[in-house]
Amino acid sequence: MMKKNPLSLQVDLDDFIPATKEDKEYMVQMRASSTFFRDGARRLSRNKVAMFSLIVIVLITLSSIFLPMFWPYSYEQQLGVQSGKRVDPSYNNLAPFEYGSTEQERMDAGESIFPHIFGTDSAGRDYFIRVIYGTRISLAVGFFASIIVLMIGLVVGSVAGYFGGKVDLIIMRIVDIIYSLPDTLMVILLASILRVTLGDRLEGTALESIGSNIISLFIVFALLYWVSMARLVRGQILSLREEEYVLSARATGAKGPWIIRKHLLPNSISVIIISTALQIPSAIFTESYLSFLGLGVNAPMPSLGSLASDALNGINSYSYRLVVPAVSISLIVLSLNLLGDGLRDAFDPKLNN
Amino acid sequence: MNSKTLFYILKRVVLAFVTVLIVITITFFAMHAIPGGPFLGEKAVSPAVIEALEAKYGLDKPLLEQYLTYLRGIFLDFDFGPSLKQRGMMVIDIIMDGLKTSIRLGVIAAGIALFFGLTLGSIASLRRNTTIDRAIMVVTTAFVSMPSFIMGSLLLLIFAVQLAIVPANGSTGAGLILPVITLSLYPMAYITRLTRSSMLDVLGQDYIRTARAKGVSRSEIIRGHALKNAIIPVITYFGPMLAYIVTGSLVVERIFAVPGIGRSFANSITGRDYPLVMGTTIVLSTLIVLMNLLGDIMYKLVDPRISFE
Repeated sequence: MMKKNPLSLQVDLDDFIPATKEDKEYMVQMRASSTFFRDGARRLSRNKVAMFSLIVIVLITLSSIFLPMFWPYSYEQQLGVQSGKRVDPSYNNLAPFEYGSTEQERMDAGESIFPHIFGTDSAGRDYFIRVIYGTRISLAVGFFASIIVLMIGLVVGSVAGYFGGKVDLIIMRIVDIIYSLPDTLMVILLASILRVTLGDRLEGTALESIGSNIISLFIVFALLYWVSMARLVRGQILSLREEEYVLSARATGAKGPWIIRKHLLPNSISVIIISTALQIPSAIFTESYLSFLGLGVNAPMPSLGSLASDALNGINSYSYRLVVPAVSISLIVLSLNLLGDGLRDAFDPKLNN
Repeated sequence: MNSKTLFYILKRVVLAFVTVLIVITITFFAMHAIPGGPFLGEKAVSPAVIEALEAKYGLDKPLLEQYLTYLRGIFLDFDFGPSLKQRGMMVIDIIMDGLKTSIRLGVIAAGIALFFGLTLGSIASLRRNTTIDRAIMVVTTAFVSMPSFIMGSLLLLIFAVQLAIVPANGSTGAGLILPVITLSLYPMAYITRLTRSSMLDVLGQDYIRTARAKGVSRSEIIRGHALKNAIIPVITYFGPMLAYIVTGSLVVERIFAVPGIGRSFANSITGRDYPLVMGTTIVLSTLIVLMNLLGDIMYKLVDPRISFE
């Protein structure tokens, strides 16, 4: 080969020879690259317990949303009460698959009547739809309470973790104080007071239809339960903000909120999501506990806790009315817990080994 | 005990005191947000009673002054005021009366939970990955996911109503069996899981191998070396366990009609007996804070590896 002058601009023709077959094969991807999310989803789908729990939760959620739309009875309709007629007591306390007197007559005349799968309660309301509706309320309260906790914890925790110094010190002292309070007792106290004081103030507003008791539940959650989420977020941010990519972002002139949103939160998102998922069953737990004490949703709205509480009075004659909501709560809480554990195993990179 | 330990204990005591003070403050101001205030509520009370209450608690005075009066009453004579529903009874007498039953209930439940939790946890860890271990883990997972009131109601249904082998009413000695079991199942399951994981951790340590190499017998290793160290995380659960038993007793005593502080608290909430709600919240919170404090101090004293900050 001709000796080349190092300063020459002459093109080296060898660089322009078409690639051989072997060269091309070397560039072919043997396996599609996987994202973090896809990896986690694959791990999750291999976890039989978690997948089964997921199916149970999806089924329960869908039926609690859609069944009331098609059901011929509503949760508050007292079947024995019809306008212009005397109250028909034959509809009260029906056993499963029994019918009231007028329904029986219509059936004898050849009409088909939708059965009362779990009978009716002491006020003549179809019990099955009350359980379904109660499940809907319990799930909704659990879900929205967790979202509220997530929002507040996220904001407070990121601010404390990112800014540090005095801001952090003050926020963490408040967190410590709230953390050391006996939470259930404070929840009971606040819930029992808020429902009295909120009642009048909500009248005429859009919130009235939700009911003062659920609103006060949400307020209590917002006041007390954000602290562990805030601690978690702060801890994550404190460890992440020492990373080099944060330093480089700051060096190129990125401002605080941008770094929090673009660098810190995405990197701590999996831990946060898992913790939120595990917050839902604990919120359902708390709601049903308060309902059982008579501090839950406003009557005639049912929740699983208040249904179980009401069923205690008739435990000798109508024990199935206790078993149905009791099994529903346990099933929901258990599957949510198992799914949360599965999510943690699948998505927490620190637990991978 | 060195000065560092003493300083730590002092710091924790001060923190606990501040917590109790905050609980009292929250309770007081929350209760005074109710229209009519806690001592009058929404119920019509005779003018003579109103006058007497106003004179005693200074209900016409500014809120801050009332607060200081209330604080002074609590710290000097445990005075939480009169009950609104139970005529002629002072709140503190009702609380003390209920506490007698509830403390007995709680202590037995805690004892059962500790004994069976430690035993089952050790068995599970020593028989790791066998059928016994798996069975214990499945059962404890189910117990941990079941709210106490569900557990209590179902136990009542099965053993008192269907099988009728124990009385449903908890005011007698035999009637306390079911409430005690209900209260102890959750902490027992939790302690079992805690003991299992910490035993597994300890059993893999070098000093266990050393002990085995020295020729120490198996039971001596388990009792003297493994369990002694594995028990430390269980001590941290001491405070939360009491908090669970206290809050669990609210529903459990309602289900089984146990005449304890939990039932009177639950009744006072539905009956809107505000002075009783205030008094019970404060007394139970103080109890929980004290137990947390005790658990924390014990934890630090038992394990010399833990440093004091």
